[in-house]
Amino acid sequence: MTVLSSPPAAARAADEGDRLTVVPARHPWRWVSTVVALVLVAQLVHGLITNPGWDWGTFAGYFFEKSVLNALLVTLELTFAGAVLGFLGGVLLAPMRLSANPVLRTVSWTYIWVFRSVPLIVQLLFWANLGYLYETLQLGIPFGPGLLHFESRSLVSSLGAALLGLALHEAAYAAEIVRAGLISVDQRQLEAAAALGIPRLRQFRRILLPQAMRAILPSAANELVNLLKSTSVVYVLAIGELFYQVQVVYGRTGRVVPLLMVATVWYVILTAVLSVFQHYVERHFNRGWRR
Amino acid sequence: MIEVRGVHKSFGHHEVLKGIDLTVEAGSVTVVLGPSGSGKSTLLRVLNHLEKVDRGHVRVDGSLIGYRQVGDRLYELRERQVLKQRAAIGFVFQTFNLFPHLTALENIVEAPISALGRSRADATARALELLDRVGLADKAAAYPRQLSGGQQQRVAIARALALDPKLVLFDEPTSALDPELVGEVLDVLRDLAGSGTTMIVVTHEIGFAREVADRIVFLDDGRLIEQGTPTELLDSPKHDRTRAFLAKVLV
Repeated sequence: MTVLSSPPAAARAADEGDRLTVVPARHPWRWVSTVVALVLVAQLVHGLITNPGWDWGTFAGYFFEKSVLNALLVTLELTFAGAVLGFLGGVLLAPMRLSANPVLRTVSWTYIWVFRSVPLIVQLLFWANLGYLYETLQLGIPFGPGLLHFESRSLVSSLGAALLGLALHEAAYAAEIVRAGLISVDQRQLEAAAALGIPRLRQFRRILLPQAMRAILPSAANELVNLLKSTSVVYVLAIGELFYQVQVVYGRTGRVVPLLMVATVWYVILTAVLSVFQHYVERHFNRGWRR
Repeated sequence: MIEVRGVHKSFGHHEVLKGIDLTVEAGSVTVVLGPSGSGKSTLLRVLNHLEKVDRGHVRVDGSLIGYRQVGDRLYELRERQVLKQRAAIGFVFQTFNLFPHLTALENIVEAPISALGRSRADATARALELLDRVGLADKAAAYPRQLSGGQQQRVAIARALALDPKLVLFDEPTSALDPELVGEVLDVLRDLAGSGTTMIVVTHEIGFAREVADRIVFLDDGRLIEQGTPTELLDSPKHDRTRAFLAKVLV
């Protein structure tokens, strides 16, 4: 006969479960890093407030100044037009690159190669100097007689050159963004659409593109923010956009830093607005993917 | 009536279909059996020109699928015309392939509106009727991701039926489903078979084949080696290959 000297293991475990207290692990380094970060932020804010070099008075005086607001409008127009034209080009170039036709594929590939290779600023200067290359432009039969003649310099104004440069540059990037979206869609989706007899263009618009948008949007938003800032490059064509305008002002007044801050804060605000817009557009195209 | 004559199809150097002849009567249910890689899915995809044939032809109710005959030559149709033909042939995929960004209802009305030019009101009324028929009347507003596999496949079947097809092709409609969901899809197929829809079903569900099929055809290595009624083919197969296949699946 055996005598059990201790209670069975299960009973013991249950007993301890009631008695023992759970203590989460301590993270002393979290406290240290928090303090370091807060000190650094405090120094930064202190510097922004106390350093007279920032000259917040001048900043406030020019932030809503009429010429600055007009320049802001030009920046917005360039961004908007560049984005619309660029993405239209991208929506055309991306399917070309995925086409079964080798000529279309090569044309699209070459376009993207060239326009991604040339720095935007170089391209802008090229367009602005188109008149030196071709004094007149004509519309007519290829290699045949021309029907309409234009003076290059009158046709391509500096604003036109800026817009052309931004749009062509943007189209090359947009093409790759759109292509990434298109190839991210399951091939079987198109097969299902084809099996249902849905017309080709409708397949693209109704089935393929909305699904591709999920992959397109984050990169497209990135590109749009990039474009917003790239518009500052067109100052080389002496167009009165935001960056050009603040340069004009500080050239006159000598207050460089506060005026650069005027441009900077406007760029930051516009980017914030775009980010909010991005959030809602992405939410729209994510319907069906949320449970 | 569907007539398949001398159909050959290769992918690169690999010949998948090596001369298929098959006749399917209108209103009948034909089950296609065969080991994997035997060409069953390719045969089904040839029937609505998702795959082009290398030789041979397919006729549905007398008209050539994917081609136009002039003298001794078959000219491939333009995509627009092929799409028109496909609208008359329903296709149900193994992986459902519902459009994930559209609700169940939108999935069903898309093709009737864009391919057949029906009004949205008519298409919607018909779609709700079909959803009811597959037992999903309450799921019209659900997105595919919110549905189980079995429910998705039933929506896909309703989507195929919304075009009022002369023929519906099913490519392993239950193979991607969890075992407990197979029954609900087979119930829908059974109901369809009873209503006189012409169906060609590739499946491994032998029990379903025995119960519902008018004819079973057995495909092996790109050839149609045996066909007959379920009793003939399942209980007294003549061909060794058929016997060997059935021995494996009827464990």
